[in-house]
Amino acid sequence: MLELSDVTVAYGSIAALHGISLRVPEGKIVTLIGANGAGKSTTLRTISGLVKTRGGSIRYDGADITNRAPHAIVGRGLCHVPEGRMVFANLTVQENLRMGAYLQRDKAWISSQTEYVFNMFPRLREREKQAAGTLSGGEQQMLAIGRALLGRPKFLMLDEPSLGIAPLLVKAIFEKIVEINRDQGLTILLVEQNANLALDVSSYGYVLETGKVLLEGPSAELKANPEVQAAYLGA
Amino acid sequence: MVYGVLRFINFAHGDVFMLGAFSGVYLNKWLGPALAGLPWGVSLLIILVLSMAICAALGIVIEFLAYRPLRSRPRLNVLITAIGVSLLIEYSGQLIFGATQQPFPQLIPAENLTFTGGLAVTKTQVIVLVTVVALLIGLRFVVMKSRLGLAMRALSLNPTASALMGVNNSVVISFTFGLGSALAAAGGILYASLYPSVEPFMGILPGLKAFIAAVLGGIGNIPGAALGALIIGITETLVGGYSQAVGLPSGYKEGVAFVILILMLLFKPSGLLGKIEREKV
Ligand SMILES: Nc1ncnc2c1ncn2[C@@H]1O[C@H](COP(=O)(O)OP(=O)(O)OP(=O)(O)O)[C@@H](O)[C@H]1O
Ligand SMILES: [Mg+2]
Repeated sequence: MLELSDVTVAYGSIAALHGISLRVPEGKIVTLIGANGAGKSTTLRTISGLVKTRGGSIRYDGADITNRAPHAIVGRGLCHVPEGRMVFANLTVQENLRMGAYLQRDKAWISSQTEYVFNMFPRLREREKQAAGTLSGGEQQMLAIGRALLGRPKFLMLDEPSLGIAPLLVKAIFEKIVEINRDQGLTILLVEQNANLALDVSSYGYVLETGKVLLEGPSAELKANPEVQAAYLGA
Repeated sequence: MVYGVLRFINFAHGDVFMLGAFSGVYLNKWLGPALAGLPWGVSLLIILVLSMAICAALGIVIEFLAYRPLRSRPRLNVLITAIGVSLLIEYSGQLIFGATQQPFPQLIPAENLTFTGGLAVTKTQVIVLVTVVALLIGLRFVVMKSRLGLAMRALSLNPTASALMGVNNSVVISFTFGLGSALAAAGGILYASLYPSVEPFMGILPGLKAFIAAVLGGIGNIPGAALGALIIGITETLVGGYSQAVGLPSGYKEGVAFVILILMLLFKPSGLLGKIEREKV
């Protein structure tokens, strides 16, 4: 469904991605793990069109989307929950969700999807009229995910959904991610620091190191790989 | 509003205000014969709406030509460009319209209204006030209720996130400039209706005062700007009125806004209604 071939990205004169190739098949959860600064967020930002490539190509659903404008990419059903959540702090929870559905015209679909999000994260319903900036970190993460779900995604990118969240809530959020993948038939590309959890929920994984793919393989194999265990699983 | 989406002070705002007033002069001249039979309210409305449309288009062009190419550059570049645009409009205005003052046509018939209790106002003052209130309500509605207004607020909070929601940020920025410029034009026409003479530099002082009103109210906050403007206006009038009593020339009132600006920046830089932007990271 999504395919990156030899994608190169630089910030000014500093190269961040040195030719990354990866594939995410339809309906699967694929994860991207790696140390800080490995280029995981940059990869997602490049797919979303927030960062322009220097070389290589990105194909999605059979079409070339390399260097398209971000709003055009979202329009194709590729939604991105960015690192640091980026909820609109002074807008209410409800307005944030409405922003998520910015490109959606079907009122009935929007209200049923809002209901789906509220059932998934009942905390958000309780805080519907509250400014998003006053939510706790975990609640903001729920909102960021919910907001992306209102963009009618076919392909969802999640950048460190567990960042700064209590372990119990992390588990809950990951269960929700699997649930979304199952219920809504979503393809998911997941970036995580918490490699253990990420490899548990995904079927395939890529290990990034300084802008290159170091290793790839089925998640279970990566989890069993002694190299991965030593570097990322704290074993 | 423009500050909210682009984070820079549009110094050319006062000049669009001037262009709005001049649009009023020329539209009245050119359309005069066609408007002759109509009631004054209708012709006022036509001239107001057309001037707003002309200036909205101009604002969009200014943003597109002068500010858009600098969007990813340091903010100071845009700020300096805005001063350049302002000077360009002022001196082009001098070239095209002439440097002398021109009378502004009487769009609202002169009439004094006296209320019980000795309150005397002119019809112009009433119409101006009503129009301003209507425009403010309309603006509030657009910003708070419409889809584009929501996108405007989202963009001003986080342009990356708004792009990820599918917002075409450039379109929203153009819209914001157009809306701001249309309101500046309305301001120009209403101002010139009260003080009926126009010249190419007439926008400078109102532009500065509008900026101070925005700082006073809390920059980026629309009700705040309206409140700030009201406070400055009332203080100016009071100072103008009472300064003679203590033997000062009434010209001192022009300094009031600047004193307020200095005090505000010293004691409450976030403005009266300004919020410190909260964001948990
Ligand atoms: N806006 C930027 N300007 C310059 N360099 C950047 C920018 N964003 C990222 N980089 C650099 O690109 C490299 C990859 O960064 P990226 O954010 O993709 O890492 P990451 O794998 O997501 O790390 P983390 O796990 O810490 O989030 C880093 O060396 C970083 O310093
Ligand atoms: Mg990152």
